[in-house]
Amino acid sequence: MALITIEGMSKSYVTAAGPFLALKQVSLSVEPGEFVAIMGPSGSGKSTFMNLLGCLDRPDAGHYLLDGQRIDALTPDELAAIRNRTIGFVFQGFNLLPRMSLEDNVALPLVYRGLDRETRRARAREMLAKVGLDGYAASLPSRISGGQQQRVAIARALVNHPRLILADEPTGNLDSHTSQDIMTLFTALNAEGITVILVTHEPDIAACARRQVRFLDGEIVEDSLTPRQENALC
Amino acid sequence: MLGAMLHEAWQAMGANRLRTGLTMLGMVIGVGAVVLMMAIGQGAQYAVAQTISSMGSNIFVVLSGYTAVGGVRSGGGSAPTLNVADADAIAELDGVDTVAPVHWGSVQMVHGANNWNAAVNGTTPAYLDARSWPLAEGHSFTDSDVRAATRVALIGRTVAENLFGEEPPVGKTFRIGQAPFVVLGVLASKGQNLDGRDQDDLVVMPYTTAQRKVFGTAFQGSVRQILVKATSSEAMPALEKSIEALLRQRHRLRESADNDFTLRNLAAVADSAAETARVMSMLLGAIASVSLLVGGIGIMNIMLVSVTERTREIGIRLAIGARQREILLQFLLEAIIISVIGCLVGLSLGVGGALLVGYLTKTAVVVSGSAALAAFAVAASVGVFFGYYPAHKAARLDPIEALRYQ
Ligand SMILES: Nc1ncnc2c1ncn2[C@@H]1O[C@H](COP(=O)(O)OP(=O)(O)O)[C@@H](O)[C@H]1O
Ligand SMILES: [Mg+2]
Repeated sequence: MALITIEGMSKSYVTAAGPFLALKQVSLSVEPGEFVAIMGPSGSGKSTFMNLLGCLDRPDAGHYLLDGQRIDALTPDELAAIRNRTIGFVFQGFNLLPRMSLEDNVALPLVYRGLDRETRRARAREMLAKVGLDGYAASLPSRISGGQQQRVAIARALVNHPRLILADEPTGNLDSHTSQDIMTLFTALNAEGITVILVTHEPDIAACARRQVRFLDGEIVEDSLTPRQENALC
Repeated sequence: MLGAMLHEAWQAMGANRLRTGLTMLGMVIGVGAVVLMMAIGQGAQYAVAQTISSMGSNIFVVLSGYTAVGGVRSGGGSAPTLNVADADAIAELDGVDTVAPVHWGSVQMVHGANNWNAAVNGTTPAYLDARSWPLAEGHSFTDSDVRAATRVALIGRTVAENLFGEEPPVGKTFRIGQAPFVVLGVLASKGQNLDGRDQDDLVVMPYTTAQRKVFGTAFQGSVRQILVKATSSEAMPALEKSIEALLRQRHRLRESADNDFTLRNLAAVADSAAETARVMSMLLGAIASVSLLVGGIGIMNIMLVSVTERTREIGIRLAIGARQREILLQFLLEAIIISVIGCLVGLSLGVGGALLVGYLTKTAVVVSGSAALAAFAVAASVGVFFGYYPAHKAARLDPIEALRYQ
């Protein structure tokens, strides 16, 4: 059974010039364990689509089945539970909480899951180790580099063992060397069986994925499977 | 969960210490003012209650007028309209407990090198009973002292201190003019009356002695006032009417004539004084409550600013799975912590301030535990009440809108 089934999903924004249709009747299906790169020019609707996939926003029309569950009819708190457990979201701008230590940042999803302090600590440290930041538990986000911050964000996304990782231009703010580290991490996670969907502009990053989906003007114009390429940045 | 949230609330407050402190200050001032004002107001009520109980309860005072000669009030030279026989007649009425005629004036007293000027009440032994006034030392004079007009006296605490200093006064003599008077007893201290006069600056003696040996009154047997103690407060309205009727009849006043005496119900005076104190106390409390309200609005204001500032943070929390009630609780906790800490500080400052005011002005202040508890409860509810709207606003944010907020 597919992990994600989307049919006829539309989303429009209210702008000064009237409603703007950012996503036009998009349909997509993703199997468990896939690694999907979403590409397309700026303004083509990639982020809009990712936000809908991540249950951060609601579509105007269409159906969304995640792990066999219909998402359209859920309450805000039910959506919160899905964001907490089923999905890990990684943002372009990292989105760590600046006043909290890295460990507390990583452990925050566990707070909302209601786990006790000891478990939270242990899991957060385990995840920090997994992304190669063992020694930084007590640091503040402002003390580490962008690449390290993105690793912390990935650790936070992983801490509840989600089935799906969504990343919207996770390397957009990073140099190519750091980008490669991050992509290696995603590839490793995918190898563990986690489904990864990520947005990128860069072909050599998209080349890490086995499936490429291309957006243009709010529609999917290409959906292709390619074997891993030699130039892949991972 | 709650532990983690308390920790976070504490951190968030610590990140903006000055602002948190100023917001708290609003609560400190509000609660402090309420506690202080309640203490002062209750102190005033307590003082009035003390004074009222010192007056004796269920008391009428009948004040004498003066006989008019040819339609002109002729002042001090004419006879008071009340006399001892009136007092005896009143004693026969239903609902009367005790009656004491009083003739007063002021005299110069001497003991050794000490001079003192005080009021003298010439009366009967029933006077102490009517005013519920025990003796601190010695014993009272008797009816036979009244019949014989013996030169004996009971003195108030103030008189005792000024005339005898450290000496025990009982059994000693002082002089009025050339005549010696023996001190039989010292009255228990009563403090000030409702007008602020010192009730202990007084000498009590048989009225016969006062009239014949001290003032040399021309109108023997006439008295300036009669103290009437009723058996109960329920008996007072009926008794007031019957005293008036009795005196009018005894004084042969015609239907159209005014009373030649004044009947004052001290209970009514006391009630109105108590009411005044109560109203004042409530007014003080109400004014102070306004500052508490302002403190609460301060919390709401700062929480609204905080929610706006932290919109992005809220977005991140929602994105990683915070539920609405968790966001609500987080902001509500901050508001409650601010108001509870502000309240505790305000409470101690208010109590301290009240004690200081009491010490400096030597007036009664009453810091009651229930008032403090009430202030605490109010502060906590202020935190919840004024923190709820901003917290609700935060909880209802749309995740994606909040994440886009710059
Ligand atoms: N909140 C919004 N309000 C109005 N228009 C928006 C909003 N978000 C995105 N858009 C518009 O929708 C289109 C798609 O945006 P987006 O999904 O962010 O594209 P991409 O991520 O592919 O660059 C763009 O034209 C953008 O201007
Ligand atoms: Mg985008």
